[in-house]
Amino acid sequence: MTWKQVFTSSVGKKLVMGFTGIFLILFLIVHVGLNACIWANDGGEMFNKGAHFMGANVVPRILEIGLFAGLILHIIQGLMLEASNRSKRSVKYAVSYGNDGSKWYSRSMGLLGTIILLFLILHLSNFWLPNRANQGFLLGEEINLYEKMKVEFSELWVVIVYVLGCISLGYHLAHGFQSAFKTMGVHNKKYHAMISSVGYGFSIIVPLAFALMPISFYLGWVN
Amino acid sequence: MEHYNMNLTLKVWRQKSSNEQGYFETYQVRDISSEMSFLEMFDVLNEQLIKENKEPIAFDHDCREGICGMCSMYINGKPHGPWHANTTCQLHMRAFKDGDTIVVEPWRAKAFPVIKDLVVDRTAFDRIIQAGGYISVNTGNAVDGNAIPIEKDKADAAFAAAMCIGCGACVAACKNSSAMLFLSAKVSHLSLLPQGDPERKSRVVNMVAQMDKEGFGACTNTGACEATCPKEISISNIARLNREYLTSSLTAEK
Repeated sequence: MTWKQVFTSSVGKKLVMGFTGIFLILFLIVHVGLNACIWANDGGEMFNKGAHFMGANVVPRILEIGLFAGLILHIIQGLMLEASNRSKRSVKYAVSYGNDGSKWYSRSMGLLGTIILLFLILHLSNFWLPNRANQGFLLGEEINLYEKMKVEFSELWVVIVYVLGCISLGYHLAHGFQSAFKTMGVHNKKYHAMISSVGYGFSIIVPLAFALMPISFYLGWVN
Repeated sequence: MEHYNMNLTLKVWRQKSSNEQGYFETYQVRDISSEMSFLEMFDVLNEQLIKENKEPIAFDHDCREGICGMCSMYINGKPHGPWHANTTCQLHMRAFKDGDTIVVEPWRAKAFPVIKDLVVDRTAFDRIIQAGGYISVNTGNAVDGNAIPIEKDKADAAFAAAMCIGCGACVAACKNSSAMLFLSAKVSHLSLLPQGDPERKSRVVNMVAQMDKEGFGACTNTGACEATCPKEISISNIARLNREYLTSSLTAEK
């Protein structure tokens, strides 16, 4: 069985989604942890130190390439699977099955993922892109991201878009977290309860923490 | 349970052949007994149509005992109708009340093309089984059933998976028209047992390849299949299949 056979099969494509999904979940832990430094309420000193390390040190910069590769793979494979899966039923049902059999968010991963992608375009153009541009994409001086957050999150519409992005992320994770483990073949009963409770906890706590960041700036909870 | 009669409005999918456009036709049936099965109600309707010199509705059925997997109606938005862990033939009219409107559709999936009315072609499942859903044995006398010791919990899990009757309700319920619950039941059934072990690696690979070739979608673990399965096949079988597939691909020689 060649690698090509594996990754062009339906199960192989799902494995790509699962593995990249878990990788992106690990990234979220780093991201939320670092950004939580804004609540040190020290005028952004601690946060900016962390941001400087992530922007100027060579290790996170190399890992960043892996992150984008994983993200792009997840997006492209996800969109292709969604299109392919939708094409498997040409005549739609007159009466739909609805929520009795499955959760609405588990059936809407394509939609939720697309909303997150749109949010990411705004998010990257708010912070990542201007910062890297200022660095000349290499080792120049990065911008003060804490001050940048203050400016961006003074606009109500930006805060609303960020909160909506975080809600979409929460529902995406609520299905994706435990589904990724199933795709990777974990079905033992002794892990099942643990994975689903950690998954639900993660999909509430992490997006909530992210959503509270723009809200904190908008409402002046951090100076 | 008290017996009662009911009058019903039925909206049934009619389609002359796989090449023609289908449409919904509305029928009225009167004095249907609450003790009839859903298929008996269709027999009454067909008698009525024959008397009126109209074409009766084609639908699949065989044992009418809930064990053969032939019946296949999508009733009011659910494969096999409103009852849990039930086949259409075992759905009884007491599930409905006087004046109800019931919408009946065929399984809808590209891999299950409509042959006529409510009858769909499910031979894709047969081809998936032919791709690996078997064990190879030497001819000769049958081996004594108890000659190979099998742990009780494994035997139970294999039997639970072997309960699958291949009706296709999982495909009908799945938003992706995926056949993974069916396939995983077959793979689990055999790979849990020592008799299935020698071919376990090629089995899962070949059966998945055939499933993809037949035009079923990919599994996204929504759980709709498990919720609708008349034999309550567990979705954990799908995770087992994924594990089998991952192991087979990682340990393959080339």
